[in-house]
Amino acid sequence: MIPTDTRHPIKATTEKIGRAAVAGVEEIGLGAMMVLESFYWLIFGRREKQTVRLGAIAEQCMAIGIQAVPIIALLAATIGMMLAIQGIHTLRIFGAESRVTVGISFSVVREFAPLITGIVIAGRSGSALAARIGTMKINQEVDALYVMGINPVRFLVVPAMVAMLIMVPALTLFSDFVGLFFAGVYVNLDLGISLAAYMDQTIDLLSVDDLMHGLGKSVIFSILIAVIGVVNGASVQGGAEGVGKATTRAVVQSISAIIVTDMLFAFVVTR
Amino acid sequence: MNETVQTPPRNVIEVRDLVTHYGDRMILKGISMDVRADEIMVIMGGSGSGKSTLLRHLMALEHHTSGTMRILGEDIDELSGVELVELRQKLGVAFQGGALFSSMTVGENVMLPLFEHTELDRKTMEIMARMKLEVVELGGFETLMPSELSGGMIKRAAFARAIVMDPKILFCDEPSAGLDPVVASQLDDLILLLREALGMTVVVVTHELESAFKIADRITVLDRGEILFIGTPDELRADPSQRIQNLLNRVAEDDNMDADAYLNRLTGEEPAYRPL
Repeated sequence: MIPTDTRHPIKATTEKIGRAAVAGVEEIGLGAMMVLESFYWLIFGRREKQTVRLGAIAEQCMAIGIQAVPIIALLAATIGMMLAIQGIHTLRIFGAESRVTVGISFSVVREFAPLITGIVIAGRSGSALAARIGTMKINQEVDALYVMGINPVRFLVVPAMVAMLIMVPALTLFSDFVGLFFAGVYVNLDLGISLAAYMDQTIDLLSVDDLMHGLGKSVIFSILIAVIGVVNGASVQGGAEGVGKATTRAVVQSISAIIVTDMLFAFVVTR
Repeated sequence: MNETVQTPPRNVIEVRDLVTHYGDRMILKGISMDVRADEIMVIMGGSGSGKSTLLRHLMALEHHTSGTMRILGEDIDELSGVELVELRQKLGVAFQGGALFSSMTVGENVMLPLFEHTELDRKTMEIMARMKLEVVELGGFETLMPSELSGGMIKRAAFARAIVMDPKILFCDEPSAGLDPVVASQLDDLILLLREALGMTVVVVTHELESAFKIADRITVLDRGEILFIGTPDELRADPSQRIQNLLNRVAEDDNMDADAYLNRLTGEEPAYRPL
Protein backbone atom coordinates (compact mmCIF):
# COMPACT_ATOMS: atom_id res chain seq x y z
CA MET A 1 0.00 0.00 0.00
CA ILE A 2 1.20 3.47 -0.87
CA PRO A 3 1.74 5.53 2.30
CA THR A 4 -1.04 8.11 2.49
CA ASP A 5 1.07 10.92 3.95
CA THR A 6 3.06 11.43 0.74
CA ARG A 7 -0.02 12.73 -1.05
CA HIS A 8 -1.93 15.95 -0.88
CA PRO A 9 -4.02 16.01 2.34
CA ILE A 10 -7.23 16.98 0.52
CA LYS A 11 -6.78 14.16 -1.94
CA ALA A 12 -6.11 11.72 0.89
CA THR A 13 -9.14 12.87 2.88
CA THR A 14 -11.40 12.66 -0.16
CA GLU A 15 -10.22 9.16 -0.83
CA LYS A 16 -10.79 8.19 2.79
CA ILE A 17 -14.35 9.52 2.72
CA GLY A 18 -15.01 7.77 -0.57
CA ARG A 19 -13.73 4.46 0.70
CA ALA A 20 -15.78 4.74 3.89
CA ALA A 21 -18.90 5.51 1.86
CA VAL A 22 -18.35 2.53 -0.41
CA ALA A 23 -17.77 0.29 2.61
CA GLY A 24 -20.98 1.60 4.19
CA VAL A 25 -23.04 0.96 1.07
CA GLU A 26 -21.49 -2.49 0.82
CA GLU A 27 -22.52 -3.31 4.39
CA ILE A 28 -26.08 -2.12 3.81
CA GLY A 29 -26.20 -4.29 0.69
CA LEU A 30 -24.86 -7.26 2.61
CA GLY A 31 -27.51 -6.70 5.28
CA ALA A 32 -30.29 -6.56 2.70
CA MET A 33 -29.01 -9.75 1.08
CA MET A 34 -28.93 -11.42 4.48
CA VAL A 35 -32.59 -10.58 5.12
CA LEU A 36 -33.63 -11.84 1.67
CA GLU A 37 -31.55 -15.00 2.01
CA SER A 38 -32.99 -15.67 5.45
CA PHE A 39 -36.55 -15.51 4.16
CA TYR A 40 -35.55 -17.68 1.21
CA TRP A 41 -34.25 -20.44 3.48
CA LEU A 42 -37.25 -20.09 5.76
CA ILE A 43 -39.67 -20.64 2.88
CA PHE A 44 -37.75 -22.87 0.45
CA GLY A 45 -35.26 -24.47 2.87
CA ARG A 46 -36.93 -27.87 2.83
CA ARG A 47 -36.82 -28.04 -0.98
CA GLU A 48 -33.08 -27.26 -0.96
CA LYS A 49 -32.43 -29.79 1.82
CA GLN A 50 -31.68 -26.94 4.21
CA THR A 51 -34.60 -27.22 6.60
CA VAL A 52 -34.72 -24.58 9.29
CA ARG A 53 -35.02 -26.46 12.59
CA LEU A 54 -37.84 -25.53 14.94
CA GLY A 55 -35.66 -26.61 17.84
CA ALA A 56 -33.02 -24.07 16.90
CA ILE A 57 -35.64 -21.30 16.73
CA ALA A 58 -37.02 -22.33 20.14
CA GLU A 59 -33.52 -22.31 21.59
CA GLN A 60 -32.93 -18.78 20.28
CA CYS A 61 -36.36 -17.63 21.54
CA MET A 62 -35.30 -18.85 24.96
CA ALA A 63 -31.95 -17.04 24.86
CA ILE A 64 -33.18 -13.83 23.23
CA GLY A 65 -36.64 -13.58 24.75
CA ILE A 66 -37.40 -15.57 27.87
CA GLN A 67 -34.06 -14.97 29.54
CA ALA A 68 -34.44 -11.23 28.96
CA VAL A 69 -37.78 -11.08 30.82
CA PRO A 70 -36.36 -10.09 34.24
CA ILE A 71 -34.24 -7.20 32.95
CA ILE A 72 -37.01 -5.98 30.63
CA ALA A 73 -39.49 -6.11 33.52
CA LEU A 74 -37.16 -4.14 35.76
CA LEU A 75 -36.46 -1.45 33.17
CA ALA A 76 -40.06 -1.19 31.99
CA ALA A 77 -41.22 -0.75 35.60
CA THR A 78 -38.57 1.91 36.17
CA ILE A 79 -39.47 3.78 32.98
CA GLY A 80 -43.18 3.62 33.84
CA MET A 81 -42.54 5.11 37.27
CA MET A 82 -40.18 7.70 35.86
CA LEU A 83 -42.85 8.84 33.42
CA ALA A 84 -45.36 9.08 36.25
CA ILE A 85 -42.96 11.13 38.38
CA GLN A 86 -42.05 13.51 35.56
CA GLY A 87 -45.63 13.73 34.32
CA ILE A 88 -47.01 14.65 37.69
CA HIS A 89 -44.20 17.13 38.27
CA THR A 90 -44.81 18.86 34.93
CA LEU A 91 -48.59 18.87 35.08
CA ARG A 92 -48.55 20.28 38.61
CA ILE A 93 -47.52 23.60 37.01
CA PHE A 94 -50.99 23.79 35.46
CA GLY A 95 -52.67 22.02 38.37
CA ALA A 96 -53.62 19.23 36.03
CA GLU A 97 -51.94 16.27 37.78
CA SER A 98 -54.99 14.09 37.40
CA ARG A 99 -54.55 14.17 33.59
CA VAL A 100 -51.16 12.44 33.90
CA THR A 101 -52.62 9.15 32.62
CA VAL A 102 -52.86 10.62 29.10
CA GLY A 103 -49.14 11.26 28.93
CA ILE A 104 -48.17 8.00 30.56
CA SER A 105 -50.29 5.69 28.46
CA PHE A 106 -49.33 7.20 25.11
CA SER A 107 -45.64 7.53 25.99
CA VAL A 108 -45.31 3.98 27.27
CA VAL A 109 -47.20 2.20 24.51
CA ARG A 110 -46.05 4.30 21.54
CA GLU A 111 -42.47 5.13 22.55
CA PHE A 112 -40.85 3.86 25.67
CA ALA A 113 -41.82 0.19 25.69
CA PRO A 114 -40.60 -0.52 22.13
CA LEU A 115 -37.54 1.67 22.59
CA ILE A 116 -36.36 0.20 25.88
CA THR A 117 -37.05 -3.36 24.68
CA GLY A 118 -35.16 -2.74 21.47
CA ILE A 119 -32.19 -1.24 23.29
CA VAL A 120 -31.99 -4.07 25.83
CA ILE A 121 -32.23 -6.74 23.14
CA ALA A 122 -29.61 -4.94 21.03
CA GLY A 123 -27.25 -4.85 24.00
CA ARG A 124 -27.97 -8.42 25.10
CA SER A 125 -28.60 -10.39 21.93
CA GLY A 126 -27.38 -8.25 19.04
CA SER A 127 -23.93 -8.23 20.60
CA ALA A 128 -24.11 -11.94 21.40
CA LEU A 129 -25.03 -12.69 17.80
CA ALA A 130 -22.11 -10.64 16.46
CA ALA A 131 -19.69 -12.25 18.92
CA ARG A 132 -20.94 -15.75 18.18
CA ILE A 133 -20.74 -15.43 14.39
CA GLY A 134 -17.42 -13.58 14.59
CA THR A 135 -15.85 -16.23 16.81
CA MET A 136 -17.20 -19.00 14.62
CA LYS A 137 -15.74 -17.29 11.59
CA ILE A 138 -12.22 -16.91 12.97
CA ASN A 139 -12.29 -20.50 14.32
CA GLN A 140 -13.18 -21.80 10.83
CA GLU A 141 -16.48 -23.07 12.22
CA VAL A 142 -18.34 -21.28 9.42
CA ASP A 143 -16.13 -23.07 6.87
CA ALA A 144 -16.83 -26.31 8.72
CA LEU A 145 -20.56 -25.72 8.27
CA TYR A 146 -20.10 -25.14 4.52
CA VAL A 147 -18.07 -28.32 4.02
CA MET A 148 -20.64 -30.31 5.98
CA GLY A 149 -23.22 -29.13 3.48
CA ILE A 150 -24.91 -26.88 6.05
CA ASN A 151 -25.66 -23.35 4.87
CA PRO A 152 -24.46 -21.00 7.64
CA VAL A 153 -27.19 -18.44 6.98
CA ARG A 154 -29.84 -21.09 7.32
CA PHE A 155 -28.16 -22.67 10.36
CA LEU A 156 -27.03 -19.58 12.28
CA VAL A 157 -28.88 -16.53 11.02
CA VAL A 158 -32.43 -17.68 10.32
CA PRO A 159 -33.16 -19.08 13.81
CA ALA A 160 -31.86 -15.89 15.44
CA MET A 161 -33.78 -13.63 13.06
CA VAL A 162 -37.05 -15.53 13.46
CA ALA A 163 -36.62 -15.59 17.23
CA MET A 164 -36.07 -11.81 17.22
CA LEU A 165 -39.16 -11.31 15.04
CA ILE A 166 -41.24 -13.25 17.56
CA MET A 167 -39.67 -12.20 20.83
CA VAL A 168 -39.02 -8.46 20.40
CA PRO A 169 -42.72 -7.62 19.75
CA ALA A 170 -43.73 -10.08 22.49
CA LEU A 171 -41.38 -8.44 24.96
CA THR A 172 -42.60 -5.01 23.85
CA LEU A 173 -46.16 -6.02 24.66
CA PHE A 174 -44.94 -7.34 27.98
CA SER A 175 -43.15 -4.10 28.82
CA ASP A 176 -46.31 -2.17 27.81
CA PHE A 177 -48.17 -3.95 30.59
CA VAL A 178 -45.37 -3.75 33.14
CA GLY A 179 -44.67 -0.08 32.41
CA LEU A 180 -48.33 0.93 32.58
CA PHE A 181 -48.89 -1.06 35.76
CA PHE A 182 -45.98 0.41 37.69
CA ALA A 183 -46.82 3.92 36.49
CA GLY A 184 -50.30 3.24 37.86
CA VAL A 185 -48.87 2.14 41.18
CA TYR A 186 -46.98 5.43 41.48
CA VAL A 187 -49.98 7.50 40.41
CA ASN A 188 -52.02 5.65 43.02
CA LEU A 189 -49.49 6.36 45.76
CA ASP A 190 -48.91 10.01 44.82
CA LEU A 191 -52.32 11.22 43.70
CA GLY A 192 -54.56 8.69 45.39
CA ILE A 193 -56.27 7.74 42.12
CA SER A 194 -57.29 4.12 42.54
CA LEU A 195 -55.52 1.56 40.37
CA ALA A 196 -58.85 0.44 38.93
CA ALA A 197 -59.76 3.99 37.90
CA TYR A 198 -56.29 4.46 36.36
CA MET A 199 -56.62 1.22 34.38
CA ASP A 200 -60.08 2.20 33.23
CA GLN A 201 -58.81 5.56 32.02
CA THR A 202 -55.83 3.96 30.26
CA ILE A 203 -58.00 1.45 28.41
CA ASP A 204 -60.36 4.27 27.39
CA LEU A 205 -57.50 6.39 26.06
CA LEU A 206 -55.54 3.78 24.15
CA SER A 207 -56.68 2.47 20.79
CA VAL A 208 -55.49 -0.57 18.87
CA ASP A 209 -53.69 1.89 16.61
CA ASP A 210 -51.49 3.06 19.47
CA LEU A 211 -50.60 -0.50 20.37
CA MET A 212 -49.85 -1.33 16.74
CA HIS A 213 -47.70 1.79 16.42
CA GLY A 214 -45.44 0.44 19.16
CA LEU A 215 -45.49 -3.17 18.02
CA GLY A 216 -44.92 -2.23 14.37
CA LYS A 217 -41.79 -0.38 15.38
CA SER A 218 -40.58 -3.31 17.43
CA VAL A 219 -40.85 -5.57 14.37
CA ILE A 220 -38.54 -3.22 12.45
CA PHE A 221 -36.20 -3.02 15.45
CA SER A 222 -35.98 -6.81 15.61
CA ILE A 223 -34.85 -7.07 11.99
CA LEU A 224 -32.37 -4.22 12.46
CA ILE A 225 -30.81 -5.82 15.55
CA ALA A 226 -30.48 -9.22 13.87
CA VAL A 227 -29.07 -7.88 10.60
CA ILE A 228 -26.60 -5.49 12.22
CA GLY A 229 -25.40 -8.25 14.56
CA VAL A 230 -24.93 -10.71 11.73
CA VAL A 231 -23.24 -8.29 9.32
CA ASN A 232 -20.76 -7.16 11.97
CA GLY A 233 -20.08 -10.74 13.04
CA ALA A 234 -19.58 -11.86 9.46
CA SER A 235 -17.11 -9.07 8.74
CA VAL A 236 -14.81 -9.90 11.66
CA GLN A 237 -11.15 -9.91 10.80
CA GLY A 238 -8.05 -10.38 12.88
CA GLY A 239 -8.71 -12.71 15.77
CA ALA A 240 -10.15 -12.06 19.20
CA GLU A 241 -9.59 -8.31 19.04
CA GLY A 242 -11.64 -8.20 15.85
CA VAL A 243 -14.49 -9.98 17.59
CA GLY A 244 -14.45 -7.41 20.39
CA LYS A 245 -14.51 -4.51 17.92
CA ALA A 246 -17.31 -6.08 15.89
CA THR A 247 -19.38 -6.66 19.02
CA THR A 248 -19.04 -3.06 20.17
CA ARG A 249 -19.80 -1.83 16.68
CA ALA A 250 -22.89 -4.02 16.48
CA VAL A 251 -24.30 -2.60 19.73
CA VAL A 252 -23.55 1.03 18.87
CA GLN A 253 -24.92 0.67 15.33
CA SER A 254 -28.08 -1.14 16.33
CA ILE A 255 -28.94 1.27 19.14
CA SER A 256 -28.35 4.21 16.77
CA ALA A 257 -30.42 2.53 14.07
CA ILE A 258 -33.23 1.89 16.56
CA ILE A 259 -33.37 5.50 17.74
CA VAL A 260 -33.23 6.97 14.22
CA THR A 261 -35.81 4.51 12.90
CA ASP A 262 -38.02 5.30 15.88
CA MET A 263 -38.07 8.97 14.97
CA LEU A 264 -38.60 8.34 11.25
CA PHE A 265 -41.38 5.87 11.94
CA ALA A 266 -43.15 8.27 14.29
CA PHE A 267 -42.77 11.08 11.73
CA VAL A 268 -44.16 9.04 8.83
CA VAL A 269 -47.01 7.40 10.76
CA THR A 270 -48.30 10.50 12.53
CA ARG A 271 -48.52 12.64 9.40
CA MET B 1 -25.22 -45.34 -1.16
CA ASN B 2 -25.23 -47.66 -4.15
CA GLU B 3 -22.31 -46.01 -5.90
CA THR B 4 -19.97 -48.43 -4.14
CA VAL B 5 -21.28 -51.17 -6.43
CA GLN B 6 -20.00 -49.33 -9.50
CA THR B 7 -16.30 -49.06 -10.09
CA PRO B 8 -15.23 -45.73 -8.65
CA PRO B 9 -13.41 -43.29 -10.95
CA ARG B 10 -9.69 -43.88 -10.82
CA ASN B 11 -9.05 -40.26 -10.03
CA VAL B 12 -11.28 -38.99 -7.27
CA ILE B 13 -10.01 -35.45 -7.73
CA GLU B 14 -8.93 -33.95 -11.05
CA VAL B 15 -7.66 -30.40 -11.18
CA ARG B 16 -6.80 -28.83 -14.53
CA ASP B 17 -5.10 -25.45 -15.02
CA LEU B 18 -6.54 -24.01 -11.81
CA VAL B 19 -5.93 -20.28 -11.51
CA THR B 20 -7.12 -18.39 -8.45
CA HIS B 21 -6.87 -14.83 -7.23
CA TYR B 22 -7.07 -13.19 -3.85
CA GLY B 23 -8.13 -9.67 -4.73
CA ASP B 24 -5.80 -8.73 -7.58
CA ARG B 25 -3.09 -11.07 -6.47
CA MET B 26 -2.71 -14.37 -8.31
CA ILE B 27 -2.31 -17.19 -5.77
CA LEU B 28 -2.44 -20.40 -7.81
CA LYS B 29 -0.88 -20.07 -11.24
CA GLY B 30 -2.42 -22.83 -13.33
CA ILE B 31 -2.26 -25.97 -11.26
CA SER B 32 -2.99 -29.44 -12.64
CA MET B 33 -3.03 -32.45 -10.36
CA ASP B 34 -4.94 -35.65 -9.67
CA VAL B 35 -5.69 -37.54 -6.53
CA ARG B 36 -6.17 -41.27 -7.09
CA ALA B 37 -8.69 -43.41 -5.29
CA ASP B 38 -7.54 -44.85 -1.94
CA GLU B 39 -4.24 -43.03 -1.84
CA ILE B 40 -2.89 -40.63 0.74
CA MET B 41 -1.87 -37.49 -1.10
CA VAL B 42 0.19 -35.01 0.88
CA ILE B 43 0.31 -31.41 -0.33
CA MET B 44 3.45 -29.70 0.90
CA GLY B 45 4.96 -26.28 0.65
CA GLY B 46 6.19 -23.43 2.76
CA SER B 47 4.05 -20.63 4.16
CA GLY B 48 2.48 -18.67 1.35
CA SER B 49 3.07 -21.42 -1.21
CA GLY B 50 -0.66 -21.61 -1.87
CA LYS B 51 -1.19 -25.02 -0.29
CA SER B 52 -3.96 -23.87 2.03
CA THR B 53 -5.59 -22.04 -0.87
CA LEU B 54 -5.45 -25.20 -2.96
CA LEU B 55 -7.07 -27.15 -0.13
CA ARG B 56 -9.86 -24.58 0.20
CA HIS B 57 -10.53 -24.95 -3.52
CA LEU B 58 -10.48 -28.73 -3.32
CA MET B 59 -13.13 -28.47 -0.60
CA ALA B 60 -15.16 -26.23 -2.93
CA LEU B 61 -15.06 -23.34 -0.47
CA GLU B 62 -13.80 -20.73 -2.95
CA HIS B 63 -14.48 -19.69 -6.52
CA HIS B 64 -11.64 -20.02 -8.99
CA THR B 65 -10.75 -17.66 -11.79
CA SER B 66 -10.23 -20.29 -14.47
CA GLY B 67 -9.56 -23.97 -14.92
CA THR B 68 -11.69 -26.97 -14.02
CA MET B 69 -12.05 -29.13 -10.97
CA ARG B 70 -13.75 -32.50 -10.85
CA ILE B 71 -14.41 -34.10 -7.48
CA LEU B 72 -15.67 -37.71 -7.53
CA GLY B 73 -16.30 -37.26 -11.23
CA GLU B 74 -18.43 -34.13 -10.86
CA ASP B 75 -17.41 -30.79 -12.30
CA ILE B 76 -18.01 -28.52 -9.33
CA ASP B 77 -18.80 -25.50 -11.52
CA GLU B 78 -21.80 -27.30 -12.96
CA LEU B 79 -23.37 -28.43 -9.71
CA SER B 80 -26.59 -26.91 -8.37
CA GLY B 81 -26.94 -26.01 -4.71
CA VAL B 82 -28.59 -29.31 -3.79
CA GLU B 83 -26.04 -31.35 -5.79
CA LEU B 84 -23.21 -29.55 -4.04
CA VAL B 85 -24.76 -30.39 -0.66
CA GLU B 86 -24.99 -34.02 -1.75
CA LEU B 87 -21.36 -34.02 -2.93
CA ARG B 88 -20.25 -32.48 0.36
CA GLN B 89 -21.75 -35.37 2.28
CA LYS B 90 -19.12 -37.55 0.60
CA LEU B 91 -16.30 -35.27 1.78
CA GLY B 92 -14.97 -35.03 5.30
CA VAL B 93 -12.76 -32.23 6.56
CA ALA B 94 -10.59 -32.06 9.68
CA PHE B 95 -9.70 -28.40 10.07
CA GLN B 96 -6.41 -27.13 11.45
CA GLY B 97 -7.88 -25.84 14.70
CA GLY B 98 -10.54 -28.54 14.83
CA ALA B 99 -13.35 -26.03 14.21
CA LEU B 100 -15.57 -27.84 16.69
CA PHE B 101 -18.70 -25.88 17.57
CA SER B 102 -18.00 -24.52 21.03
CA SER B 103 -21.65 -24.39 22.05
CA MET B 104 -22.12 -28.13 21.52
CA THR B 105 -20.70 -31.16 23.31
CA VAL B 106 -18.18 -33.38 21.55
CA GLY B 107 -20.90 -35.95 20.89
CA GLU B 108 -23.28 -33.36 19.42
CA ASN B 109 -20.48 -32.05 17.22
CA VAL B 110 -19.86 -35.51 15.81
CA MET B 111 -23.58 -36.12 15.39
CA LEU B 112 -24.33 -32.84 13.62
CA PRO B 113 -23.81 -34.08 10.01
CA LEU B 114 -26.02 -37.11 10.73
CA PHE B 115 -28.63 -34.88 12.32
CA GLU B 116 -28.66 -32.54 9.33
CA HIS B 117 -28.48 -35.03 6.47
CA THR B 118 -30.13 -38.25 7.66
CA GLU B 119 -33.50 -39.28 9.04
CA LEU B 120 -32.02 -41.62 11.66
CA ASP B 121 -33.45 -41.58 15.16
CA ARG B 122 -31.39 -39.97 17.85
CA LYS B 123 -30.42 -43.24 19.55
CA THR B 124 -28.89 -44.57 16.33
CA MET B 125 -27.05 -41.30 15.72
CA GLU B 126 -25.64 -41.42 19.24
CA ILE B 127 -24.38 -44.95 18.69
CA MET B 128 -22.78 -44.02 15.37
CA ALA B 129 -21.13 -40.97 16.94
CA ARG B 130 -19.78 -43.11 19.79
CA MET B 131 -18.43 -45.64 17.29
CA LYS B 132 -16.50 -42.94 15.46
CA LEU B 133 -15.24 -41.54 18.74
CA GLU B 134 -14.00 -45.03 19.63
CA VAL B 135 -12.08 -45.12 16.32
CA VAL B 136 -10.20 -41.95 17.30
CA GLU B 137 -9.81 -43.24 20.88
CA LEU B 138 -12.12 -40.68 22.41
CA GLY B 139 -14.72 -43.15 23.67
CA GLY B 140 -16.49 -41.82 26.76
CA PHE B 141 -15.67 -38.18 26.03
CA GLU B 142 -18.88 -37.37 24.16
CA THR B 143 -20.46 -35.36 26.98
CA LEU B 144 -17.50 -32.98 27.35
CA MET B 145 -17.41 -29.54 25.77
CA PRO B 146 -14.65 -28.80 23.22
CA SER B 147 -13.11 -26.29 25.65
CA GLU B 148 -12.48 -29.16 28.07
CA LEU B 149 -10.31 -31.09 25.59
CA SER B 150 -6.57 -30.87 24.94
CA GLY B 151 -5.20 -29.81 21.55
CA GLY B 152 -4.60 -33.36 20.38
CA MET B 153 -8.02 -34.49 21.56
CA ILE B 154 -9.72 -31.62 19.71
CA LYS B 155 -8.00 -32.71 16.49
CA ARG B 156 -9.07 -36.31 17.02
CA ALA B 157 -12.64 -35.21 17.75
CA ALA B 158 -12.51 -33.21 14.51
CA PHE B 159 -11.45 -36.41 12.71
CA ALA B 160 -14.40 -38.24 14.27
CA ARG B 161 -16.77 -35.56 12.98
CA ALA B 162 -15.11 -35.62 9.56
CA ILE B 163 -15.62 -39.39 9.16
CA VAL B 164 -19.06 -39.75 10.71
CA MET B 165 -20.78 -39.78 7.30
CA ASP B 166 -18.22 -42.32 5.97
CA PRO B 167 -16.85 -39.89 3.38
CA LYS B 168 -15.07 -41.00 0.22
CA ILE B 169 -12.44 -38.28 0.59
CA LEU B 170 -10.99 -37.02 3.85
CA PHE B 171 -9.21 -33.64 3.86
CA CYS B 172 -6.84 -32.81 6.71
CA ASP B 173 -5.46 -29.32 7.14
CA GLU B 174 -2.13 -29.31 9.01
CA PRO B 175 -2.98 -32.25 11.28
CA SER B 176 0.22 -31.97 13.31
CA ALA B 177 0.38 -28.17 13.63
CA GLY B 178 0.73 -27.02 17.22
CA LEU B 179 1.12 -30.51 18.67
CA ASP B 180 4.07 -32.15 20.38
CA PRO B 181 5.93 -34.76 18.30
CA VAL B 182 4.40 -37.76 20.09
CA VAL B 183 0.81 -36.62 19.67
CA ALA B 184 1.56 -35.53 16.09
CA SER B 185 2.90 -39.00 15.33
CA GLN B 186 -0.23 -40.57 16.85
CA LEU B 187 -2.34 -38.47 14.48
CA ASP B 188 -0.27 -39.75 11.55
CA ASP B 189 -1.00 -43.30 12.70
CA LEU B 190 -4.67 -42.38 12.93
CA ILE B 191 -4.68 -41.15 9.32
CA LEU B 192 -3.09 -44.41 8.18
CA LEU B 193 -5.61 -46.38 10.24
CA LEU B 194 -8.57 -44.47 8.78
CA ARG B 195 -7.40 -45.20 5.25
CA GLU B 196 -6.92 -48.91 6.09
CA ALA B 197 -10.09 -49.38 8.10
CA LEU B 198 -12.52 -47.18 6.22
CA GLY B 199 -10.98 -47.25 2.76
CA MET B 200 -11.08 -43.55 2.09
CA THR B 201 -8.90 -41.32 -0.01
CA VAL B 202 -7.01 -38.88 2.16
CA VAL B 203 -5.65 -35.47 1.19
CA VAL B 204 -3.33 -33.95 3.79
CA VAL B 205 -1.88 -30.47 3.75
CA THR B 206 1.20 -30.14 5.91
CA HIS B 207 4.59 -28.51 6.11
CA GLU B 208 6.01 -31.25 8.36
CA LEU B 209 8.48 -33.24 6.30
CA GLU B 210 8.67 -36.16 8.70
CA SER B 211 4.92 -36.61 8.84
CA ALA B 212 4.65 -36.30 5.06
CA PHE B 213 7.22 -39.03 4.42
CA LYS B 214 5.56 -41.29 6.97
CA ILE B 215 2.03 -41.25 5.60
CA ALA B 216 2.20 -40.21 1.96
CA ASP B 217 1.66 -42.46 -1.03
CA ARG B 218 2.37 -39.46 -3.21
CA ILE B 219 3.48 -35.94 -2.44
CA THR B 220 2.67 -32.70 -4.26
CA VAL B 221 5.09 -29.87 -3.58
CA LEU B 222 3.80 -26.37 -4.15
CA ASP B 223 5.96 -23.30 -4.35
CA ARG B 224 4.72 -19.76 -5.00
CA GLY B 225 1.50 -20.97 -6.53
CA GLU B 226 3.09 -23.48 -8.87
CA ILE B 227 3.56 -27.20 -8.69
CA LEU B 228 7.20 -28.04 -8.18
CA PHE B 229 6.88 -31.76 -7.90
CA ILE B 230 4.37 -34.62 -7.85
CA GLY B 231 5.49 -38.15 -7.04
CA THR B 232 6.24 -40.74 -4.39
CA PRO B 233 8.28 -39.90 -1.29
CA ASP B 234 11.24 -41.86 -2.71
CA GLU B 235 11.12 -39.92 -5.96
CA LEU B 236 10.99 -36.71 -3.95
CA ARG B 237 14.13 -37.62 -2.01
CA ALA B 238 15.94 -38.45 -5.24
CA ASP B 239 14.86 -35.31 -7.08
CA PRO B 240 17.88 -33.32 -8.22
CA SER B 241 16.14 -29.91 -8.33
CA GLN B 242 17.78 -27.30 -6.15
CA ARG B 243 14.52 -25.91 -4.83
CA ILE B 244 13.36 -29.38 -3.77
CA GLN B 245 16.66 -30.11 -2.07
CA ASN B 246 16.50 -26.76 -0.29
CA LEU B 247 13.06 -27.67 0.98
CA LEU B 248 14.18 -31.12 2.13
CA ASN B 249 17.28 -29.78 3.82
CA ARG B 250 15.45 -26.79 5.25
CA VAL B 251 17.66 -24.23 3.55
CA ALA B 252 16.10 -20.80 3.34
CA GLU B 253 15.97 -19.46 -0.19
CA ASP B 254 17.36 -16.05 -0.99
CA ASP B 255 15.42 -13.97 -3.40
CA ASN B 256 17.64 -12.66 -6.12
CA MET B 257 16.64 -9.11 -6.57
CA ASP B 258 18.54 -6.29 -8.18
CA ALA B 259 19.59 -3.31 -6.11
CA ASP B 260 17.31 -0.80 -7.84
CA ALA B 261 14.19 -2.84 -7.22
CA TYR B 262 15.20 -3.27 -3.59
CA LEU B 263 15.72 0.48 -3.19
CA ASN B 264 12.36 1.19 -4.81
CA ARG B 265 10.68 -1.22 -2.45
CA LEU B 266 12.23 0.48 0.54
CA THR B 267 11.29 3.99 -0.57
CA GLY B 268 7.81 2.89 -1.55
CA GLU B 269 8.04 4.42 -5.01
CA GLU B 270 7.17 1.25 -6.85
CA PRO B 271 4.21 -1.03 -6.11
CA ALA B 272 5.64 -3.27 -3.43
CA TYR B 273 6.85 -6.69 -4.41
CA ARG B 274 4.68 -9.21 -2.66
CA PRO B 275 6.13 -12.66 -2.18
CA LEU B 276 3.52 -15.37 -2.60
